[in-house]
Amino acid sequence: MDAKRYERIFLSLGAGLLVLFLSALVYAAVGMGIHLPGHAGELDPRMLRSTPPFDSPGVRQVAPGSYEVVLIGQAWSFAPNEIHVPAGAEVRFRATSADVVHGFMLEGTRLNAMLIPGEITELVYRFEERGEHLLICHEYCGRGHHMMFGKVVVE
Amino acid sequence: MSSAVVHDPRGFALPESQRAIIRWTIYLGFIALAVGVVNGLGQALNYAGIDILRFFPGMRTYYQGLTVHGVFNALIFTFSFSNGFLLLTTARGLGRKCNDTLLMAMLATLVLGGLLASFAMFTGRASVLFTFYPPLQAHWTYYLGLVLAVVSTWITSATQLVMLRAWRRENPGARVPLLAFLSIATYVMWDIASAGIAVEVVFFLLPWSLGLVSGVDPLFSRTLFWFTGHPIVYFWLLPIYVSWYAMVPKQAGGKLLSDTYARVVFLMFILLSIPVGFHHQFTDPGISNQWKFAHAVLTFAVFFPSLATAFSVMYALEIGARRRGGTGLAAWFLKVPWNDPSLSTQILAMFAFMLGGITGLMNASFNMNQVVHNTAFIPGHFHMTVGTAVALSAMGIAYWLVPYLTNRKLWSERIAVVQGWLYFVGVLIFARGMISGGLMGMPRRTLIVAAPYHKPDWNLAAALSGVGGTLMFVAAMMCFFVLAMTALFGEKTEPGDLPLAETIEGPPATGWTVSLDRLGYSVAAVLLLIALAYGPFLLHHFPPKLQSPGYTFF
Repeated sequence: MDAKRYERIFLSLGAGLLVLFLSALVYAAVGMGIHLPGHAGELDPRMLRSTPPFDSPGVRQVAPGSYEVVLIGQAWSFAPNEIHVPAGAEVRFRATSADVVHGFMLEGTRLNAMLIPGEITELVYRFEERGEHLLICHEYCGRGHHMMFGKVVVE
Repeated sequence: MSSAVVHDPRGFALPESQRAIIRWTIYLGFIALAVGVVNGLGQALNYAGIDILRFFPGMRTYYQGLTVHGVFNALIFTFSFSNGFLLLTTARGLGRKCNDTLLMAMLATLVLGGLLASFAMFTGRASVLFTFYPPLQAHWTYYLGLVLAVVSTWITSATQLVMLRAWRRENPGARVPLLAFLSIATYVMWDIASAGIAVEVVFFLLPWSLGLVSGVDPLFSRTLFWFTGHPIVYFWLLPIYVSWYAMVPKQAGGKLLSDTYARVVFLMFILLSIPVGFHHQFTDPGISNQWKFAHAVLTFAVFFPSLATAFSVMYALEIGARRRGGTGLAAWFLKVPWNDPSLSTQILAMFAFMLGGITGLMNASFNMNQVVHNTAFIPGHFHMTVGTAVALSAMGIAYWLVPYLTNRKLWSERIAVVQGWLYFVGVLIFARGMISGGLMGMPRRTLIVAAPYHKPDWNLAAALSGVGGTLMFVAAMMCFFVLAMTALFGEKTEPGDLPLAETIEGPPATGWTVSLDRLGYSVAAVLLLIALAYGPFLLHHFPPKLQSPGYTFF
């Protein structure tokens, strides 16, 4: 048995696969525009209620076909708890936490991010179809964590 | 051919007083595993819609039980097992005893740390899970307890390095025996990796929980946590790799392919384990996509030494099986000595680890991580890695280690063999449940039985998690029973030795491989890589803006 040769073949195949997988991820990011949350601003969490735009959470239209959702996660609810947006519009979520770390997982979409006190989480998404999506806090945030949810209604 | 042996060939046994400390360190690990596993059963059944946690003494909430499960299984168990096991292998590899004071200090800090953290957890003062993300704030005893547990690993490392220095003085120019090299390299990686959590807790969380500072920076703290939080998985894993490289070949009747190969793999872990932490923070705000991608690439790179390990271990198993009459392309596999519980259990752990590794690569997949982040997929994944590759292998190692440390025979080989299979089947069912549930949006770390948004789609996944978790629990209890019976009533035997493999290609006495033994080069390289991978983030966030007050929502 020529161990050295098998070793080379096995390791080359392995390394090749890893490179292939990484290329697919690069394509998803650059070619398909699937991004992760990044830098979108910081704030002082003690001053949250008086820091725009978080002084008035809610949904507003910023341009034709373009909406902004300002969202606050807090123990143990989302404000606003029910979000209505039209199908086909571009929706920009700007979200943060009022107390501990919370999660933002919108069921049935790829939207999945953390809400961290002091950091602004920005997510952009276009809902193509009408329907309801369950919004779940998926980061442990205290004894009422499992009670923390909301919904997005696409109309 | 004796030059190809991985350890001091003259044979060596620690004095009884030191064996006793190693023995109790290992026992402490398995006691911690047992406490954690009992709580684990509660978690698994919760997913299946059955709430047994309220019957547990002192457990007020699911999240309190989950904290105990994480701390006892992922920290106290792994630290105890690694400290005890790798001190023994270092001593055996170098043929030297440990420093008595350091050895005693190791066990004392571990016990004290465990007790302090237990006090905080069992009195409901620290239901913050084992990741303790601020600004959830635990009692200071929790943070101090965890620090002391980490200090015990540093003392272990110091004990090893003291032994290595003395050995080098007596053996100038000689190659460090492989068994000792792998054991010491594991701790050198961890010494650097643990700096993140040490800084987070000692400089920020501990003073904050004592009221000495008014706030913490949540993102900065998370980043320090994950600086340690990913490499800790290699700190869990590498002691098992020591067994897979240096012992499993012997147990399977085979040999280790190459001494140099094993050393290079461990050096790759020193180099690549640490600068990968952002892959746990892909969905965090405040960290740019470029740096997240850089960490994703490095995470893919650290997958490579595990691929190399798979090749080397399978090769050793094949040599052994063919010597025992195995033939064919794959049929030789049946000739592996499956009736040896220590070996069969570790091979099953390897199979689980293949699935664990693949799912880990999915987690590390940058933008694709959004599909699985913080869903039940993640515990599905890591119960096949730390929960099986590490825990089940540790049980397998214990099947020779406890007999070795007590000079007794294993109480029942048959129950031990069955135990390994039951655990393996259990984790496959459990992970199948959690992974499919996660892909359907079932969150992790959630009292799902009481969640008002519970979806019927999750029922099958949740039931499988409950069934698999119960099997794992029963199998773990069987293991503890066999180990306890061995220690108490096992048949007395003559003192034995560790199962130590020989290599086909031993360590060359000259040439470039000699410099592999100088760990300083790898340490310098990893510090540089860390500076590159974390530098820009740290520069932006340092000094941290101390702003979030603490919350005790539990």
